[in-house]
Amino acid sequence: MRARVIVRLKPAVLDPQGEAVERALRGLGFSGVKNVRVGKLVELEVAGDAGLVKAELAAMADKLLANPVIEDYQVEVAG
Amino acid sequence: MSAATGSTLARLQDTDLSAVEHARDMGLDDAEYQRAQQVLGRVPNKVELGCFAAMWSEHCSYKSSRVHLRRLPTTGPRVLVGPGENAGVVDVGEGWAVAFKVESHNHPSYIEPYQGAATGVGGILRDVFTMGARPIAAMNLLRFGRPEHPKTAALLAGVVKGIGGYGNCFGVPTVYSSTDFDARYDGNILVNAFALGVLRADAIWKGTASGVGNPVMYVGAKTGRDGIHGATMASDSFSEGEEQERPTVQVGDPFKEKLLMEACMELFAAAPEQGGLLVGIQDMGAAGLTSSCFEMASRAGSGVRIDLDRVPTREQSMSAYELMLSESQERMLLVAKRGCEDAVRAIFSTWDLDCVTIGTVTDDGMVRLVKGGVEVAVLPARELADDAPRYERPFAAPPASPAPAPTWSSIEIGARAHVCSPALAPKSWIYRRYDREVGAGTLLDGSNAAAALVRIPHTQRAVAMALCCVGRWCSADPREGARRALIEGVLRTSCVGALPIGATDCLNYGNPRVPEVMGSLVEGIEGIREACLALDVPVVSGNVSLYNSTDERAIHPTPAVGVVGLVEDFAKALARPARAGDTMAVIGWPPAGPTLDLGRVRRLGELLRAMRLEGESLEAQPVMEGGLVSTLVELARRFGGGLFASLPSWGDAASTLHSEEAVAAAVVLPPERLQEAHQRARVADVPFEVLGALGGHHFVVAAEGAPLFEWATEALFADLEAVIPRIVRGERA
Repeated sequence: MRARVIVRLKPAVLDPQGEAVERALRGLGFSGVKNVRVGKLVELEVAGDAGLVKAELAAMADKLLANPVIEDYQVEVAG
Repeated sequence: MSAATGSTLARLQDTDLSAVEHARDMGLDDAEYQRAQQVLGRVPNKVELGCFAAMWSEHCSYKSSRVHLRRLPTTGPRVLVGPGENAGVVDVGEGWAVAFKVESHNHPSYIEPYQGAATGVGGILRDVFTMGARPIAAMNLLRFGRPEHPKTAALLAGVVKGIGGYGNCFGVPTVYSSTDFDARYDGNILVNAFALGVLRADAIWKGTASGVGNPVMYVGAKTGRDGIHGATMASDSFSEGEEQERPTVQVGDPFKEKLLMEACMELFAAAPEQGGLLVGIQDMGAAGLTSSCFEMASRAGSGVRIDLDRVPTREQSMSAYELMLSESQERMLLVAKRGCEDAVRAIFSTWDLDCVTIGTVTDDGMVRLVKGGVEVAVLPARELADDAPRYERPFAAPPASPAPAPTWSSIEIGARAHVCSPALAPKSWIYRRYDREVGAGTLLDGSNAAAALVRIPHTQRAVAMALCCVGRWCSADPREGARRALIEGVLRTSCVGALPIGATDCLNYGNPRVPEVMGSLVEGIEGIREACLALDVPVVSGNVSLYNSTDERAIHPTPAVGVVGLVEDFAKALARPARAGDTMAVIGWPPAGPTLDLGRVRRLGELLRAMRLEGESLEAQPVMEGGLVSTLVELARRFGGGLFASLPSWGDAASTLHSEEAVAAAVVLPPERLQEAHQRARVADVPFEVLGALGGHHFVVAAEGAPLFEWATEALFADLEAVIPRIVRGERA
């Protein structure tokens, strides 16, 4: 089944990439923009039943896809 | 000094904890809490307690080491700024000076290796450019746990990537790296970062907040909730399983730091006709806004009044406590001349950086913090900074714990295993991950020379540098180990023709409340002192990192010493590459007991320097860690081919190959200069013995006319270069 893992920096962690995007957007005239945060989306297909897959995805995120020291993640499984 | 009117100050918020419990939570012990109460004449509130805890932490106050650090020689004819400022400054002639310092970022790097190491580099670069110096070189000393420890591979890869990432993006060459692996660093790795910058000798900036009414300005990145209480964390031991409960890790932004550095350089040089725009400047490093406010005011004997509502933030509703203790990176606090605010702001705005007046200099000796129009903290600057507690902690003679000498079935097998050990194997894998040439001033770097050599822009001069320490030696004898850290730096810089002119030290030890650990720190400082005095090298800056222990198991005592040397004409310090047919000799004295003779070190250094500058020494390497066999392998590796060496008459073959108790160096000489070099050594009264020559495809060692072993260089070099990548891949040796 198709699954998605969304990884983003924890709220208090500095996001240089987000700041750069924000600056660039303002530079293009989008003056109302603020608090830009850039994360990443990992899409993958995994075999197995939904409950097990979720646990497996969490393990993948803990071990590889996210850096739990500075990032949070969220797992979504599409039916 | 009258205490604040407690009534306007916010009370402690969490009523379920008493103030003394809060204090303990933040790392103040009960006696310190009592002292804080005496200083104020009342119970401190939470913001104030946070300031006390940060300023009186080991990291900011050096409370356990200060009384001993005073023993180090810190002055000399070239010293322009000694310890106590952001970095030390040493005169290098022609109106130029260099600022340098080494600092630890051990705990953060263990928690998050990439960002921890990266922000360590960022912090030390700021310390240097705060003095007005443009950084031209960086070095590091890294100590990891044993190679097979499950965390070592990821820590090594992360730390190296972090150092490279920050240094490369900022644009400073990383020219020297010392890396070792030992079970004693399993739960406490060491990441010590060094930076060096150049400045005009008459344009040194200091962290002082003088001139009543002058504006206090905040420049650089915005403040977030990063690394709250990092300074107190650095003064705390780890326990296993505690790793999840740590405050937010600081994330560095090297591109922003580059902008901050350029903006500061522009600010330093601005408006020369009116004597500049600036009074003082300080980096917001450990304990962020707190340490910069208190230290700048304390140095000047002034006070400051800070309006926390004006501090630029990147998160909503930060409390006074969080604003004061955040360790967000790439920030500076500066005091400008009154009326110059607009000019300062104009400079920073062209570099896209925040620059806000957040307060003013006062004359009442107090740091007053205002939020929402009311004073939330009123604290005396001097009592928290320069008059922080100092302890004469009890110390006991540390147990001498020499590592057992390994036993091998044959001399050849022993020698091969030895040179291929992680400590001695070449660190090319690490060096390749650093930009060693950015700035176009690098003449030599540690991957291929005894020391790095970097040009001083606009001159013929160059500075040599090396960062050294062998922890194993310090466990065997803390004083001798520390002496040898300085000795190694002096000999390495002398090998490339430089005169050592200054040193910086990063003293990494365990828990100072353990008398034996405290004893090893005291002995280490004594060792550095002895060597500095004998070799005429003042210590101009440094840092102390204590509590490097996990569950009461401490690291090897590791006083990392960075030595900086001066070459007046770099063309003379550069030699043609070694080639087949060149002669190899050993100069210096055979092993003579574990205490190296400092008088001999001095004479050896002078001879190495003279031979290099006179064009006799093409390549040189001191006999230190790993003994003569390691030195010879290193020379063969740099040459890229084979050699024949007949061992000097130092005793039996095994101890001649491995002894670390000689005061000696191996040098490569052009055959036509051999006589002159030999004569020079004779005049200097330093033993000189020809070992053999470079050439061929085999590394051949002979003793008393008979070959001892012979290794094909292709296989030898492949084995050597495979050691570090294997650790990175997590494979067992």
